[in-house]
Amino acid sequence: MSFVIVQVIVGGLLLGAVYALFSSGLTLVWGMMNVVNFAHGDFVMLGMYVAFVVYTVLGGGPLIGAPLAMLVLATLGVIVYFALIRDIMKGPMLAQILGTFGLALLLRYSVFWYFGSNFNTLPSNLVGGTFDFFGIRIEASRLLAGVVALVVTLALHLLLTRTALGSKMLAVSEDATAAQLMGIRPDTMQAIAWAIAAGATGIAGALIATFFYIVPTVGETLGIVAFVTVSLGGFGSVPGALVAGLLIGVIESLSGYLISAVYKDAVVYALFLGFLWFRPQGLMGKT
Amino acid sequence: MKFRHMLGLFSAAAMSLTLTGGALAQQTVKIGAIFPFSGNAASAGNHAKAALEVAMDIINNEHPELKDFPLAKGKGLTGLGGAKVEVVFADNQGTPAAGQNQALRLITEEKVVALTGAYQSGITLTASAIAEKYGIPFVNGESVAAGLTERGFKWFFRTTPIASDFAREYYNFLTDMKAAGAKTDSVAIVHDNTEYGTSVSNTITSAFKSKGLSNIIDVAYPANATDVQSQVLQLKEKKPDVVIMITYTSDAILFAKTMQAQDYKPPMLLADDAGYSDPSFLKAAGSISQGVFNRSSWSLGPPGSHTAIIAKMYKDKSGDEMDDTAGRQMTGFLVLMEAINRAGSTEPAKIQAALKATDLKPDQLVLGYKGVKFDEKGQNTLASGVIIQLQDGANYVTVWPKANAMKTPVMPYKGW
Repeated sequence: MSFVIVQVIVGGLLLGAVYALFSSGLTLVWGMMNVVNFAHGDFVMLGMYVAFVVYTVLGGGPLIGAPLAMLVLATLGVIVYFALIRDIMKGPMLAQILGTFGLALLLRYSVFWYFGSNFNTLPSNLVGGTFDFFGIRIEASRLLAGVVALVVTLALHLLLTRTALGSKMLAVSEDATAAQLMGIRPDTMQAIAWAIAAGATGIAGALIATFFYIVPTVGETLGIVAFVTVSLGGFGSVPGALVAGLLIGVIESLSGYLISAVYKDAVVYALFLGFLWFRPQGLMGKT
Repeated sequence: MKFRHMLGLFSAAAMSLTLTGGALAQQTVKIGAIFPFSGNAASAGNHAKAALEVAMDIINNEHPELKDFPLAKGKGLTGLGGAKVEVVFADNQGTPAAGQNQALRLITEEKVVALTGAYQSGITLTASAIAEKYGIPFVNGESVAAGLTERGFKWFFRTTPIASDFAREYYNFLTDMKAAGAKTDSVAIVHDNTEYGTSVSNTITSAFKSKGLSNIIDVAYPANATDVQSQVLQLKEKKPDVVIMITYTSDAILFAKTMQAQDYKPPMLLADDAGYSDPSFLKAAGSISQGVFNRSSWSLGPPGSHTAIIAKMYKDKSGDEMDDTAGRQMTGFLVLMEAINRAGSTEPAKIQAALKATDLKPDQLVLGYKGVKFDEKGQNTLASGVIIQLQDGANYVTVWPKANAMKTPVMPYKGW
């Protein structure tokens, strides 16, 4: 019994790390620009397909897939910023919601059209299979995703708090006009933020692809978790998303095992709403 | 004078246009088909579309090689003067509400004369309620939730075997396996929380219990899961002799991958069609699900037989091997078209009467049913199936009952 509980918690932590990795790009865009990117899940989906193409064409694993997905998605992030976000940011909130939602559908159905509706997977031994740690089974692919989630979170956090670029980005998010008077170009900063956020999302997708199925609608399945993770962690707080992701992963796993999987979402969302009641800004968000 | 002449010409032209327009309308019979073309079941929807397109080809073109197969002879529906069949496909988006809206649109705007679909039992439920309201025949070939034909509907007909048929077959299969030395005392039923998952699991549970097999573990989970580790660990801990999987494709893949990661192999894994029959499941996770048993009503005949010819047509169209789900969808549609042809009319009441009088023999069907004949509830009483096994991780072979078996069942479950 106790052995199984440990396995459940370990599994929950690994799942949570994936949620955190999945959400880090979203928290950046949401927190810094007040733009809710409904296409976020589909960005992850594109990252997964980059990894899939890398595997089928080159036979390569996430070592090639993840950096390439980062580049592809970062480029897409910049394009999306200049072609869509820059203009709809000036419009009402509804325009942002519909604009990014439209983008989500465009991306999803372009992939449908090109790759078809079939489910794909990468071979499970692509990242070293599964190893047994005193009877606790850990998938290497999930462990890798977990480690990368930590690294990406740390890197994003340091970038925002310890570098000149980060300060400039924060300045723009605080007051774009004042930042402009200080000689910072809001356009450039926000495009960079989009590139970083989309790039991180690309890495997430490429790593999730090593243990999850790949299908054009996968962004829908995983997307809602990202929004909950970001709001629980606190808007714009990168470390908050990590803690929140881990928390949700463990709660989901434990309630799925102890109560019933059918009720696990009810447990997670009840705790989530209850928590927001006391702390609406999230775990690590500023008031 | 000249003006009158022109007017005459114009009106003649207008008249001939209306006439040809009317004649054209008579030459096509419009059928609405509701399937998932987006959402997580889109793969199943696209295979259904290929199946219906093959059926349309059989009806609309000459196919002397199919000999006496219904509707193969001659072009179009001979009972309606060679009218061509046109299928209007509609996307149910994987939600009961969208399925309902599409049924309404097909009936009121596209003016279809009958409907087929909608894959997921929960969506067939809502879509067929609209058809019932408008008095339009709805023939379903693939949804198995028992309740669909228990609603007292007059316009709903179903050709597929249903959950209670499978439950009986599973029980008989397990009894035979037990006689051959397998342990089948405890059974875990893993199912999602959709209409399909819950109703099939309830039917199997009560059927097994009534036969004295009462050690049943219920493992429910929400459909389209992000993670199924806790469910696999539950199974691993409780060690059932038989695990029955009632899942759609996405979750089936996730379960296969998680079982491998947790190194869990039940002695016997028995899948209830759905996800485990999806060709994209076989490609994505077939090699780590070797030895899984599954139900099917599809069995391939010898070369030159009508099933072999139709299977080849389907493979040319879809790129995948013909499977049970596609075969059942094609059967539902062909049964509907055979009834319309026999009715010689597109009037709903006449189609309904013809459906009620349907009496097809095994050699007139794509699938291995004992025939098609509807009871007063609209359920086909002659539907039946076999048990197949994924022995090599790529293609299913029939293993039960003995009369149909191509190979003997292999135990225990091999996995990867």
